[in-house]
Amino acid sequence: MKLSRHEVESIAHLARLEISADEIPAYVDNLSRIIDFVQQLERADTEGVTPMAHPLNMTQPLREDAVTEADQRELYQRNAGAVEAGLYLVPRVIE
Amino acid sequence: MHGRTLAGIARALRAREFSSEELVSHLLARIERLDGELNSFVTVTGEAAVAAARAADRQLAGGSAPPLAGVPIAHKDIFCTAGVKTTCGSRMLDNFISPYDATVVERLRDAGVIMLGKTNMDEFAMGSSNETSYYGPVRNPWDLTRVPGGSSGGSAAAVAARLVPAATGTDTGGSIRQPAALAGITGIKPTYGRVSRYGMIAFASSLDQAGVLTQTAEDAALLLTAMSGHDPRDSTSVNAPVPDYAAGLGESLEGLKIGVVEEFMDQGLDADNAAAIEAALKVFEALGATVQRISLPNIGLSVPTYYVVAPAECSSNLSRFDGVRFGYRAKAPRDLEDLYKRSRGEGFGAEVKRRIMTGTYVLSAGYYDAYYLKAQRSRQLIAADFRRAFETVDVIVGPTSPTPAFELGAKVDDPVTMYLNDIYTIGVNLAGLPGLSAPCGFINGLPVGLQIVGRAFDEGRILNVAHRYQQETDWHARAPGGAFA
Repeated sequence: MKLSRHEVESIAHLARLEISADEIPAYVDNLSRIIDFVQQLERADTEGVTPMAHPLNMTQPLREDAVTEADQRELYQRNAGAVEAGLYLVPRVIE
Repeated sequence: MHGRTLAGIARALRAREFSSEELVSHLLARIERLDGELNSFVTVTGEAAVAAARAADRQLAGGSAPPLAGVPIAHKDIFCTAGVKTTCGSRMLDNFISPYDATVVERLRDAGVIMLGKTNMDEFAMGSSNETSYYGPVRNPWDLTRVPGGSSGGSAAAVAARLVPAATGTDTGGSIRQPAALAGITGIKPTYGRVSRYGMIAFASSLDQAGVLTQTAEDAALLLTAMSGHDPRDSTSVNAPVPDYAAGLGESLEGLKIGVVEEFMDQGLDADNAAAIEAALKVFEALGATVQRISLPNIGLSVPTYYVVAPAECSSNLSRFDGVRFGYRAKAPRDLEDLYKRSRGEGFGAEVKRRIMTGTYVLSAGYYDAYYLKAQRSRQLIAADFRRAFETVDVIVGPTSPTPAFELGAKVDDPVTMYLNDIYTIGVNLAGLPGLSAPCGFINGLPVGLQIVGRAFDEGRILNVAHRYQQETDWHARAPGGAFA
């Protein structure tokens, strides 16, 4: 299946990835090949098979809803690009 | 000193044959001298390693030392290490200093292990040749024009070149076993849930599992015992006792039932590779095992199934990289969307972007049933095939990789060709089972791997099968010569 340029641009937008115009043709080609390849799955007879939710069919454990972590905001914010007064900074979103 | 196994080093340190500081300094000098060409390390933590070695020497002298006191290893740069750069092979995390340790790192340190540094890897563990790393490709010490495999390529090359006796790795579709095979060493991927994934940067959370790359199965057993077990910080880590894997080594293989997958041996396996596998099966038969053909009728679906499930999970996991809280942040963003898009577009490499987009596509409205649910159904069929097979056999033995190490650049233009490297390993991840690769021969001077797969939580058995094989053969003891001798 050949994806269109428009489809690839819209996937990139959904994934919030900036892809330059001259890179698009390579992604159209590569992603089309990958989608073509995984389409082999169509021939699998999966009628009545439950989709796998866990490789060993285990369920998730529950724990007490209690605070177990100490506040380490300052330590964690050292990795942020822009911080002020303990807050993460982003470009203005409200006019 | 550098040719010794991890078990040999642990014994020598206890016998005070040499000190941990002498060993660590020797290995750091080798890394300094030889790694320029190999590129197996992203970060070398020399000063901290020497300080830790001195502390271990004091413990060893005082008789209070933990089991692996003073033994140096390297960690794949996917494991968070407090205060040390943790890049995951990506520009996205080139500036990331982890504020905490992964459980694997913590447990190995508690067992006395010393970290020499962080090893190079395919970006976010997405690759089979270590060519997608932001820090450049790793070279195979057996032939510097060839790849070491991936994604744990730095760990594999460093162990093969005897820069470290062992290194950690992670395996989502073959990323420990395939590089172990291509570099002529031993590598084990445990059962899903055996080892905590806390602090291990996520790629595909239902498939990712941590393990080790070593010279021998015995070394793997020692490290796996130290790093396995329940961790409340990983909700998928299994709460089950961890056996002493090393104590279980040496048991007889008399009566062991080995299955050989006919779909692997009959379809397109290179004749020399098949001959190496057949020769290994003869060794097992001589040790009292029986060999029978088995069929995994749906195994042919595993690569396409994986390339739906893994990208879907990766597109979700990697959405955390937004340029705001950690990681690469684009300069002078126009607005919030521009910040997201350019931070991600500039911070991720081409293969990571391909996988995120593949995942986004298969999860998008209108395609979810046709791709994602279909793949999770066929994954169930693959896992059921393995379960049925393990009703009649104890282990499954076969090839790890379709070819020995290939040349740098040979497969970078076509992602699908690259993906087919993992044809023998991927099904094991989809079924959540433990798998190991051990060296079983050479083709034109390049190592070939033998894969041994076991039932869930049967790591002890596959380690013992590999260990008995290594007592009868010496493929695992061969090391690259030349500058690396």
